[in-house]
Amino acid sequence: MKSGALVFLVAFMALAASWGGFVLAPQVQLSRSVQTNALGSSDLYPLGRPGLAKQGLEVYRANGCVYCHSQQVVQEGTLCEIVLTEAGTNAAAAAAAVAKLNSALGTGDAKSLLAGLPKMILQVADMNAAGPALKTLEAAGAKAEARVAPQGADIARGWGKRRTVAQDYLADYPVQLGSRRIGPDLANVGLRSPDAGWHLRHLYAPQNEVQGSLMPPYRFLFETRKIGKEAAPDALKVSGKLSPPPGYEIVPRPEATALVAYLQSLRADMPLEEAPLTPPAATVASTNAPASLTNAPTATPAAK
Amino acid sequence: MTAPAATSYFRSPSAPVTATPAEIDASSRLPMFALVGGAALWLVLSSLLGLIASIKFHSPNFLAGSAWLSYGRVFPASTNALVYGFAIPAGLGVGLWLLARLGRVPLTQPWLIAVAAKLWHLGVLVGLLGILRGDSTGFEWLEMPRYAAVILFVAFLLIAFPAFAAHHSRSERQLYPSQWFVLAALFWFPWIYSTANLLLLVSPVRGVAQAAIQWWYSGNLLFVWLALAGLGAAFYLLPKLTARPLQSHYLALFAFLTLILFGTWVGIPAGATLPAWMPTLSGVATVSTLVPLLAIAMIAVQTVRGCRTECAGGPLCFVKFGMSAFVLSGVMLAISALPEISRVTDFTWFGTAQNQLRLYGFFAMTMFGAAYYILPRAVGIEFPFARLIRAHFWCGVAGSLLLTLPLAMGGVLQGFKLVNPNVAFLDVTKSALMFLRLGTVGELLIALGNLLFLLNVLAVIATCYRAVCTKAYTAITKRLEPTPDPSKEGNAEVRV
Repeated sequence: MKSGALVFLVAFMALAASWGGFVLAPQVQLSRSVQTNALGSSDLYPLGRPGLAKQGLEVYRANGCVYCHSQQVVQEGTLCEIVLTEAGTNAAAAAAAVAKLNSALGTGDAKSLLAGLPKMILQVADMNAAGPALKTLEAAGAKAEARVAPQGADIARGWGKRRTVAQDYLADYPVQLGSRRIGPDLANVGLRSPDAGWHLRHLYAPQNEVQGSLMPPYRFLFETRKIGKEAAPDALKVSGKLSPPPGYEIVPRPEATALVAYLQSLRADMPLEEAPLTPPAATVASTNAPASLTNAPTATPAAK
Repeated sequence: MTAPAATSYFRSPSAPVTATPAEIDASSRLPMFALVGGAALWLVLSSLLGLIASIKFHSPNFLAGSAWLSYGRVFPASTNALVYGFAIPAGLGVGLWLLARLGRVPLTQPWLIAVAAKLWHLGVLVGLLGILRGDSTGFEWLEMPRYAAVILFVAFLLIAFPAFAAHHSRSERQLYPSQWFVLAALFWFPWIYSTANLLLLVSPVRGVAQAAIQWWYSGNLLFVWLALAGLGAAFYLLPKLTARPLQSHYLALFAFLTLILFGTWVGIPAGATLPAWMPTLSGVATVSTLVPLLAIAMIAVQTVRGCRTECAGGPLCFVKFGMSAFVLSGVMLAISALPEISRVTDFTWFGTAQNQLRLYGFFAMTMFGAAYYILPRAVGIEFPFARLIRAHFWCGVAGSLLLTLPLAMGGVLQGFKLVNPNVAFLDVTKSALMFLRLGTVGELLIALGNLLFLLNVLAVIATCYRAVCTKAYTAITKRLEPTPDPSKEGNAEVRV
């Protein structure tokens, strides 16, 4: 190339192309995104975070949480799970049907086959493949349902129920996707650890809550102060070396409260058209599992 | 009075100025001092901040009481000091010198560039303080807040315009490959930096489009810009130091075109939460960067092959190592864009290792070589501590390898455990700890090397200013006292 103008022209065209592709095109494709209806419900999603959680996002940004925590759940496809909910009146027929569908469960007696309902008895590729299996079970008088179940390491770790999609981040600024997982993924931390007290104690002294954690403590988000007329209701219950001197208490500063509100608001579990998922809500209600262990009906995400 | 200065920017090519290389070198002295000297300072600061960040992995309670020194602030401050404090000004300084030397034209009004360089460094200072006090934007590689970004942008333009002007009024019309790379780098940064700042900070776009722009920006900054500025210097220094011609101009043209064509799409990870066509396109482009990479490797190998010059820890050693690190980090980048591999390496230390290898192993080492070549010429004296240069070289080599190779291995190991849900997450994190310790040793060596670099640069600047001062002092004393006074003369000599 002999002239500077030609260098500029070539550089201009190359950069303009990628500018059009990765800056302009996403605007065209995504900028008109609006709240959508969740799959099979009239709930709007996403609702946006409440005010305190929005302030918490600012604390999250300012302190660079994103350098250790991602907020993206990856999945490797979905499977369809056939879940037996009720065996019906004819246990023997139901057991036979189950054994026929999935010989790997063994051909033992009906009792062991039908124990612990609701129970996932078969995984098939998609909803279409689930039809015949459901029919077989129905013919035996049992009740079963097919659920869309996302698969993958992140899902298996309990970091999410489905992959995260563009819709999940629509209301956030700045979007904190993250690129390293030195700490666990936080896309659904509000779902996983809803307890505000735990979050506060964990921020103050991570190693007290998670043995061997590498997370640095964020004690500058808290204040050790003299107990007034009566102890503050949100004073931290810290024991051991870190406990405050007698007559003093450790209370979260507004930043800590806001950050925890943000963490609690993090949940991306609404079933969406681009990320389908069948919430196990209905069957959970039918079991007697304690409420705290279940994931509760997937009512209004982000609105706590 | 101002008219000749203004027109001198656009001197007609038909009236070529005959400037000797020594004059051109001297005209670049002030800008080089301001740009490279400041860069050396930021580099030392960056490695100190990086050390603080890295020690926190071995003892989480280290300096934990201070918000300003918490990991999430110190780490971005360290990477920003490295990229904006060191890499960009060093690249600009070397680029300016290349444009002047290859165009056979002295820089007009070098003091203006020096002032702009100080403005840039002020912007970096403001930005780093902003990050440390909690004003980080939250976008990786673009953490400096708006108020600092404005200063940086203006300062860059104030440096780029005189560079373009010098290029325009060059007396050697034929372009050498280094000039393409440097000119493109001067053009690239204002575009990507203004786009990222306008669409992420001034009037932010919604949702994941933010992430798309951030990835586009960081890919263009860390892959394309660094490659343009670094290769520009390498393609000048390799032939110069080996006394062999560049092999060849056509291959360099091919490398340049394919680099900007594919490189500008690099950066979006395969698993990103974006419309699927974006990571796919970015992945294809990233793998395609193997094409310019191969061309660049061929240029370097064929230019250096058969040369009889011993590099002996001098500039040639730095540039050769820089080229190897460029190729290695490029291969790492291309491999980790393959979906099957990115499944493992995403979210691990592997990406950090790859970035550090390009930033430090390639770019910083090439810039060191260039500075060690250019500074003595700009000043007209040799480096006072020549042996320290060799020590610096070995610190840099050992440090960058010890930092990046264990991190890359640790990253792969971490990745395999991460995709296996049966391994508890805490074990995943801990599996990388041993590699992180090695990495900290590497960072220590790098910090030592950076300190040696600062020492060398400051020594040259100090020697130069001492010579200037001595000259001025003797001139003044001579003018003030035309009749020699034996007692005063004696004093003057003592001062010297």
